[in-house]
Amino acid sequence: MDEKFSSIEQTVLSDYKYGFVTDIESDEAPKGLDESTVRFISAKKNEPDWMLQWRLKAFQQWLKMKEPDWANITYPAINYQDIIYYSAPKQKVTISSLDEIDPELRRTFEKLGISLNEQKRLSGVAIDAVIDSVSIATTFKTQLAEQGIIFCSMSEAIREHPALIQKYLGSVVPATDNYFAALNAAVFSDGSFCYIPEGVRCPMELSTYFRINAENTGQFERTLIVAEPGSYVSYLEGCTAPMRDENQLHAAVVELIAQDHAEIKYSTVQNWYPGDKEGKGGIYNFVTKRGICQAHAKISWTQVETGSSITWKYPSVILKGDYSIGEFYSIAVTNNRQQADTGTKMQHLGKNTRSRIVSKGISAGFSNNSYRGLVHVSRKAHNARNFSQCDSLLLGDKCGAHTFPYIEVKNNTSVVEHEATTSKVGEDQIFYCNQRGMDTETAVALIINGFAKEVMNQLPMEFAIEAQKLLAISLEGSVG
Amino acid sequence: MLRIQNLQAGIEGREILKGINLDIKPGEVHAIMGPNGSGKSTLASVLAGRQDYIVTGGSVEFLGKDLLDLSPEDRAGEGLFLGFQYPVEIPGLSTTNFMKTAVNEIRKYRGQEALDAVAFLKMMKEKMALMEMEQTMLSRSLNEGFSGGEKKRNEIFQMAMLQPKLAILDETDSGLDIDAIRIVANGVNKLRNKDNAVLAITHYQRLLDYLVPDFVHVLYNGRIVKSGSKELALELEEKGYDFIRNEMHQEEEVS
Repeated sequence: MDEKFSSIEQTVLSDYKYGFVTDIESDEAPKGLDESTVRFISAKKNEPDWMLQWRLKAFQQWLKMKEPDWANITYPAINYQDIIYYSAPKQKVTISSLDEIDPELRRTFEKLGISLNEQKRLSGVAIDAVIDSVSIATTFKTQLAEQGIIFCSMSEAIREHPALIQKYLGSVVPATDNYFAALNAAVFSDGSFCYIPEGVRCPMELSTYFRINAENTGQFERTLIVAEPGSYVSYLEGCTAPMRDENQLHAAVVELIAQDHAEIKYSTVQNWYPGDKEGKGGIYNFVTKRGICQAHAKISWTQVETGSSITWKYPSVILKGDYSIGEFYSIAVTNNRQQADTGTKMQHLGKNTRSRIVSKGISAGFSNNSYRGLVHVSRKAHNARNFSQCDSLLLGDKCGAHTFPYIEVKNNTSVVEHEATTSKVGEDQIFYCNQRGMDTETAVALIINGFAKEVMNQLPMEFAIEAQKLLAISLEGSVG
Repeated sequence: MLRIQNLQAGIEGREILKGINLDIKPGEVHAIMGPNGSGKSTLASVLAGRQDYIVTGGSVEFLGKDLLDLSPEDRAGEGLFLGFQYPVEIPGLSTTNFMKTAVNEIRKYRGQEALDAVAFLKMMKEKMALMEMEQTMLSRSLNEGFSGGEKKRNEIFQMAMLQPKLAILDETDSGLDIDAIRIVANGVNKLRNKDNAVLAITHYQRLLDYLVPDFVHVLYNGRIVKSGSKELALELEEKGYDFIRNEMHQEEEVS
């Protein structure tokens, strides 16, 4: 507890502690997007022709599509020709061991609190580190391979495991799904691939760490996780970016496939640069995340969203198989001028499917925080059950909290429950804590963590502590 | 320990305290009684440092320091405790977690090291036994869904944990049945020693059957109009506050 609060004090002056820039040479594509950009990226990555064709098809789709405007967010039009779509840190072409990583890069990750050194790593977490457009290093590969687990960068997977990629890439989020998914399919540069064989319980947390470093670049990564029947994996992603005055675009796609009786637990701690107090700069975060559950499978999304100037994100589950389970636990924090429109879609197709949604929105400053969720129960989904709970907490009186629940039920044996509350951090609560010797920052941290506890409990232990700190830091100075 | 001189304070431009004088020495128990709206809770709030209340005159000295100059949390650090009339609820925050933060923040203020988990738990167990509390109460969210009695008991439990020099109990007896009053008062009695003091604010005499005061003060219309020994409380109980009102009116007519 003490450690937590002293860290809050330390960050009073540095609002966003990940805002540094690493000075490394990078290899970039020219600004702008046309067919040649797509070819350039594919060539840079030595991709087989089928992959290039897949990208080009997606690019053609994208050209025909329109940017969505239904979300409760406002931002100036994005100039897609003003973005660099590929940027890779320059280093030796092939690395035979982790020791050969550019020391400057290595230091970047140390600063972020991520150790790429397998020997010194205490907790059992395997990491794939992605900087700008390229995966830098993946740790613990050999240990995982002994159990048949594949954990590598997407580029490597395309080269080494083409059959799996061709089978699953785009199977849950097709390029035609939406504007940003199409854009991602055309220009994605890297990401993580993870494959858990039948009956294997992955012995450690798998984690991808994303960092945008170069100026004017967009980051477009793709993550694909395939859990074969009866397997289990817990996966975590984290993200940060330097402080820049310009807005940067992040449009990722994550696809999860849980076969019969498999379970995937996917946790995100999203801390992209949120922009400054006046709303200048920050990441535009347009992300499509979706999983599909076969019979008796379970997918659980947990997200702690504190960063980005704009968040547009709806991690969803298609409950295709009978008795499958989907869960969505979310904490979304907005402060200053941040805007978040986030939630989930639970599509009940199979019989006896269950879903649970717990969304906690915290708004402060002049920010806007919206929950948008769809629960769809199809005609054949007998005995489907859903429980949704959406709570909003307001700090101050200049911010907004909005809830947009959509419920479509086509089967009368199903049960759908929705609860929503909105509350304010009260002067009374803060004074009560003050009277017990706590300053206002500490009081707010306790109140917020109490509010968010149900979701925090879903995070793997080591990340829960990190996320708690992050919550307190994000709301620094928003009360009092 | 506490010296209040000619304290004047109000809220939203309305004057409520119109010149309070009060002296409390270590080891003493003072009771403040008075009808509704006389300013009892305002006095407690002003002493604890609630921001809505504006002090317009007078001074308060606490253990040699200018109390009014300190933030609410520093007042707590100095050893001032307020037992709330309406303890607030904080959903999702366990009483244990809340208390651990409070105890260690106050220790930090006093330049003491934080208690480790073992020492803290030992202390909690001791104080819970004192207040006849059930273990389950501590893992529940702070005051959420607590009965009136449980909330007040939790206040005195917190007092036991924080070991204040001066405890101000703001109508700790209100809304409690007779058994709960006894438990709460006995808890306070067990915490008393020659170095600390209690300022109990109450409507009724019955709390004072268990928590015996050295002095009783009657607050009326923003002033302490009568002070005396514990017998004064009995007199008030018998005659009601009207007798104070009548006395006041007579004085006003005379002057």
